[in-house]
Amino acid sequence: MKMMTKLLAASAIALTLGSAASAKTLVYCSEASPEGFDPALYTAGTTFDAASRTVYNRLVEFKHGSTEIEPGLAESWDISDDGKTYTFKLRPGVKFQTTDFFTPTRELNADDVIFSFERQLKSDNPWNKYVNGASWEYADGMGFPDLITSIEKVDDLTVKFTLSRPEAPFMADLAMDFASIMSKEYADKLEADGKTELLNQQPLGTGPFQFVAYQPDAVIRYQANPDYWAGKEKLDNLIFAITTDASVRAQKLQAGECQIMPYPNAADVASMQQNSDLTVLSQEGLNVAYLAYNTKIAPFDKVEVRKALNMAINKQAIVDAVFQGAATVAKNPIPPTMWSYNDAVKDDAYDPDAAKKMLSDAGVENLSMKIWAMPVSRPYMLNARRAAELMQADLQKIGVNAEIVSYEWGEYLSKSKAEDRDGAVMLGWTGDNGDPDNFLDTLLGCDAVGGNNRAQWCDKEFDDLVKKAKQASDQEQRAKFYEQAQVVFKEKAPWLTIDHSKVFMPMRKQVTGFVQDPLGYHRFDGVDIAE
Amino acid sequence: MQRFLLSRIAVLIPTFIGVSIVAFSFIRLLPGDPVQLMSGERVMAPERHAAIMHQLGYDRPIVIQYLDYLWGLLHGDFGTSIVTKRGVVGEFFTLFPATVELSLCAIVIAVALGIPAGVIAAAKRGSWFDQGVMGAALVGYSMPIFWWGLLLIILFSSVLKLTPVSGRIGYEFFFTNGTGFMLIDALASGQKGAFASAVSHLILPSVVLATIPLAVIARQTRSAMLEVLGEDYVRTARAKGLSTYRVIGLHALRNALIPVVTTIGLQVGVLLAGAILTESIFSWPGIGKWMVDSVFRRDYPVVQGGLLLIAMMIMIVNLVVDLLYGVINPRVRAR
Repeated sequence: MKMMTKLLAASAIALTLGSAASAKTLVYCSEASPEGFDPALYTAGTTFDAASRTVYNRLVEFKHGSTEIEPGLAESWDISDDGKTYTFKLRPGVKFQTTDFFTPTRELNADDVIFSFERQLKSDNPWNKYVNGASWEYADGMGFPDLITSIEKVDDLTVKFTLSRPEAPFMADLAMDFASIMSKEYADKLEADGKTELLNQQPLGTGPFQFVAYQPDAVIRYQANPDYWAGKEKLDNLIFAITTDASVRAQKLQAGECQIMPYPNAADVASMQQNSDLTVLSQEGLNVAYLAYNTKIAPFDKVEVRKALNMAINKQAIVDAVFQGAATVAKNPIPPTMWSYNDAVKDDAYDPDAAKKMLSDAGVENLSMKIWAMPVSRPYMLNARRAAELMQADLQKIGVNAEIVSYEWGEYLSKSKAEDRDGAVMLGWTGDNGDPDNFLDTLLGCDAVGGNNRAQWCDKEFDDLVKKAKQASDQEQRAKFYEQAQVVFKEKAPWLTIDHSKVFMPMRKQVTGFVQDPLGYHRFDGVDIAE
Repeated sequence: MQRFLLSRIAVLIPTFIGVSIVAFSFIRLLPGDPVQLMSGERVMAPERHAAIMHQLGYDRPIVIQYLDYLWGLLHGDFGTSIVTKRGVVGEFFTLFPATVELSLCAIVIAVALGIPAGVIAAAKRGSWFDQGVMGAALVGYSMPIFWWGLLLIILFSSVLKLTPVSGRIGYEFFFTNGTGFMLIDALASGQKGAFASAVSHLILPSVVLATIPLAVIARQTRSAMLEVLGEDYVRTARAKGLSTYRVIGLHALRNALIPVVTTIGLQVGVLLAGAILTESIFSWPGIGKWMVDSVFRRDYPVVQGGLLLIAMMIMIVNLVVDLLYGVINPRVRAR
């Protein structure tokens, strides 16, 4: 009998899909399978595209195509003068999705918000370990359990967050994927049914698209949420066709099997741009690739030595060779699309002769060093080995003997953290929330030494500026601190800033309304497809 | 026959334990651990790393972990994926039909073309046909699968527009809770065009996957056939005035097939290895791709559970081959 109902249900879905001939369907050739559908458990962009940006909303959202914050499920908010209390007014009348696996009986209220956060913050919350090895990667990584002292329900549509200290990036944090708002009613039902693991397999939220089915490693299906609070989407169906190989994605796009794809091969971009059926959007990515010296180890503890090495390396040549133009040379640790980017900073010019002189003035002769090259291709650095070879050749010209080393990726990440590490490490970063703090403090602050701060660089002047910026709540004031911090960074040169890579998004001409996201999300709200 | 069967099965038990040890230790020999890879460039505090490792039980002595794992296996518990948090067996059997479907089609193509090609090549030894087939087999055998797959996609899908680029069925077709075998599900769904769509999606990947086994089978058949054709009883058969067709088809082929059947059995392992690449190119949601992804993520339960399940499948196939052997060659049974 059960089998029979399933068959019936399947044919009913097939019928609706078949009969709605005019239904608008967009097929997106996505690059990998999502890890799961509970965005708070994961850190991969692929998972966020598939779960949080389609199915869920957050209290505040990133404005489409920017890193600015706009109201989401919270209509308005109020921040106390001491910067420690945030009171959110929820949007009234927001409905959770009605799907074949759950029918909500009530609208969004403060309980849902409290549930969504407390499960990540409190280890005694029944949902804190609802799956084996649950780790709240972002909530923990960003120190939320210490930062948030309480979340209270003032009334059904008012929630109050109390922080242990003022934290300017807090609003941006709330727009991130791990802060997606889930339905407590749905969670309660799953708990009552003894099927809590389904929260990570059949997501249910308030977002623009609702989940229909996932065939592992093959297809994820969504349909427009008819009750979406911001109005039903123009697309009726959204399909993620999981296609891991970039060349195959390109072939599928050209054959019309999908209408839009992310992450093309750098080598395919030119031919796609010439294809009259396709449009290729491009944008500078919110990322940076760098070479971090170990500033704790002689002679790299001397500013002049680091500066000299920086001047010896021809960054333009690296960008040309590795990216074929799909990147720009970086001079600051934050990308140009980010607010507070200091364009007045002057980069160390490529000048091998001056570099050589500077090195001998610093009393350094016959320098030998290691350059660590990542074993994997990352968006900010497609081919680290090639880049390292170019650096090696450049350094040879000023009499520095560089040896290239590499390790397996996991080992690379962990070994490169060591404070007594030998050599300069190539690595990079992609922004999480568009806040400069997420680059400057996370990667270069004193607290991150021995961790994310691969240069092991703790500079009081820089650190003070970044810490002040974190506590100021006025954005203009914060920007001033960050601009100054970038000047200090360039003077002290803990890194060779290499590049900010470009992100390409090829699509068929019929696709309209797709906006590239500086944070690297692929969002389909507002997208339409011409017949 | 019964004793033969029992002795074959008895060998499987130590093999199973051996494989479980290898599967268990192999992934742990690789540097890096799953928790570290979860966070990527984002550095995880050592305390948090330790806490999660503890939660997963990976801070215990490795022998204890293994015994615990073995205990679970005896209760049918293959563990839960660290990444997707789903049960390993469930995931395996969701994806396995796709691999089986692809492999079956590939082996059918390989056998259907390989054996006749090998027989004819042997019968016409030294002819242009023989030279051509053996040349093609050599090329097929040394073909890099990834490149070969892309080449076929570009030719048949992009230029000639005859077959779809990748996937298992057109995206307009959708059915849940089927058998996992797309051809069967498509037929059962009764949706117009579904079966044709499933078949067209299957052609290129199965041809690509069949390439190496086809080459191996053709070469093996040819050499086995040549050997048999030199035997006295074949000469006798010819001398009796039997037609070439009967000599080759009835007398020679039956004996020549014995080593070929072994080869086909061994090719099942090769098919699974080839499936890893083929599945990646054609976005085919099978276990090959699943295993590779899991190795990169150091998803210990999936890698060890997946390896064990695959090994069990191969053991079963080999058992069947051994039994078939007995059917073809009674001397094996008697021993």
